[in-house]
Amino acid sequence: MKVIYFDNNATTMVLPDVFKTMAPYFTENYGNASSMHHFGGLNKKAIENARRNVAALLNAQPTEVIFTSGGTEADSSAIYSALRVYPAKKHIITSAVEHPAVLEVFKKLSHEGYSVDFISVDADGRFNMEQYKSVLNEDTALVSVMWANSETGTIFPVKEIAALAHKAGALFHTDAVQAVGKIPTDVKDIDADMLSCSSHKIHGPKGVGALYVKQGVRFMPFMVGGHQEKSRRAGTENVPALVGFGEAAKIAKETLWKYEAQVAPLRDKLENALLAAIPDCKVNGDKSSRLPNTSNISFGYVEGESILMMLDEHNICASSGSACTSGSLEPSHVLMAMGVPFQFAHGSIRFSLSKFNTEEEVDAVVKVLPPIIKRLREISPFHGQKIACPAR
Amino acid sequence: MWDYTEKVMDHFKNPRNVGEIKNADGTGQVGSLVCGDALKLTLKVNRETEVIEDIKFQTFGCASAIASSSILTEMAKGKTLEEALKITNRDIADALGSLPEEKMHCSVMGMEALEAAVKSYRQGGEPVIFEQEPGTNIVCQCFNVSEQAIIQAIHNNNLKTVEDVTHFTKAGGACGKCKGEIQKILNKVLSCEIPSAPKEDKPKAYADMTIVEKIKAVEEILNNDVKPKLNLDGGSVELVDIAGKVITVKLLGMCGGCMNAAATLKGFVEKTLRDKLSADIEVKQA
Repeated sequence: MKVIYFDNNATTMVLPDVFKTMAPYFTENYGNASSMHHFGGLNKKAIENARRNVAALLNAQPTEVIFTSGGTEADSSAIYSALRVYPAKKHIITSAVEHPAVLEVFKKLSHEGYSVDFISVDADGRFNMEQYKSVLNEDTALVSVMWANSETGTIFPVKEIAALAHKAGALFHTDAVQAVGKIPTDVKDIDADMLSCSSHKIHGPKGVGALYVKQGVRFMPFMVGGHQEKSRRAGTENVPALVGFGEAAKIAKETLWKYEAQVAPLRDKLENALLAAIPDCKVNGDKSSRLPNTSNISFGYVEGESILMMLDEHNICASSGSACTSGSLEPSHVLMAMGVPFQFAHGSIRFSLSKFNTEEEVDAVVKVLPPIIKRLREISPFHGQKIACPAR
Repeated sequence: MWDYTEKVMDHFKNPRNVGEIKNADGTGQVGSLVCGDALKLTLKVNRETEVIEDIKFQTFGCASAIASSSILTEMAKGKTLEEALKITNRDIADALGSLPEEKMHCSVMGMEALEAAVKSYRQGGEPVIFEQEPGTNIVCQCFNVSEQAIIQAIHNNNLKTVEDVTHFTKAGGACGKCKGEIQKILNKVLSCEIPSAPKEDKPKAYADMTIVEKIKAVEEILNNDVKPKLNLDGGSVELVDIAGKVITVKLLGMCGGCMNAAATLKGFVEKTLRDKLSADIEVKQA
């Protein structure tokens, strides 16, 4: 049975065309790009070609793109570089709903002498601009705020956030892992100092990403011990992955104009049909400013992992913000920050589509999910009783 | 993806004894929507023989919570109340083949709900919500877990680390504030199993100690009572000097740069040394 894949914010299929470009770099062109021979040197050209493609997707110069092992490394590199560029400044700002790759670094820094502000969001996941303005000050070294939220798809006004950061003399970094390839991401337009992105979210291979660093912004390397990437990121280049990333970026740029028209109608159909068919459910996120492929729906009074396991029986893949799926015992920090009540937070399901999803797949989910929710509610002791949940 | 056994998946997909017995002889509940899992058991009990003639469950939770509840009803049906109360969470997990470590608390919940249901029967049938005995010491405020429940889980399942305790009872799984407390309970329980050598009857008063004895006594307390707790936060402490009642220490690691360093020093290090040695001790940061 064919898999119905609605988990594209987790990772995406490597496009066959992307895979084809990568293949020769494993067993044929395996040379080290740094070597002083033609065999290795050719790979240097392949890497620079990939860099041009990634830069073009971001409207950056190729020299402004540093390849990394992925979004997580790009985030850490950006944050630690900013702190070293401004060693005297001890205040940093992020949002309460970041990906752990940013959030956990900021939490760690808060124990290491930095004063950290985690900007709150409202019930729809919108960035609290007033709070942000009130905490920005001349001691602020860095503002790191994601472009789009991975769980709800909510898009933040990064251009405005960046302008305010610059006015206060701080650097601005954005984790754009979920935004790149789904919406236009023009670094010049928003005037970002640094931006992280990842290959495997845009139909490229896993284990490769990039950090954009604006020309003129000082950068202190995170990984040292080699001259690769102009000494900004040490380590022998993962040539096939970089080539694949480049090809994926090229295709993403060429097809971005039609992406929204491809996925948004399917996403909307799925969302509206589920809301109509199932009582006691609600959409999490800012519907007026949201990634076109993401829908996060809470099904009240049932638990997310159980829903996912039941969907899995039908080869349908999605994800959940429930506590049980992470093993962390606490539901998603994003939904908690939005103040989603527990009876809805535990039953949240994220559907994230790609341009390869079809109407038939949407219909299959719409057919299968309502009876699953009904069944789980029948097993639940809260069935029929609308228990008000204590807020924390 | 969790590595669930076939048995878990079978009981999750085809749960046995789902529902609620009307006019039940006993009703037991545990957990809440807040915690992310909750279980309600209803019993029909033969008053003569005290045999559980029927048992039904309703569960809000993940696949392993539903499977644990389902298999528990199969295990308890036909048993006398006394026999049923002997079912431990380990028995439930074993009957399912196994449960992922992080999901062991689901089996504990089953045991607790059954306990509450039997109590409800014995009290005349009014529903009983499982709770810690009145007056017990709640260690984990987030998940409302008592010291008694933690000790029981350690004994039943031969737990060795704080992480184990969290997997089995949820205690410490949210804010993590009680992890130090859990470590203390673990130390206490584990040290009981290996009886320590009898202590000297009357320890020498701090003021009467020689400087070498003072150093040894302070070092021992720092090693046994202070460092393990600081280690949990990635920190440590080092003895620098002793001058009479004034003990100078250095906070290391995460504690060194911690904004709460002063509070740690006075509220924890000094308090511990005062409690164990002498009430007039003063601790200073080097």
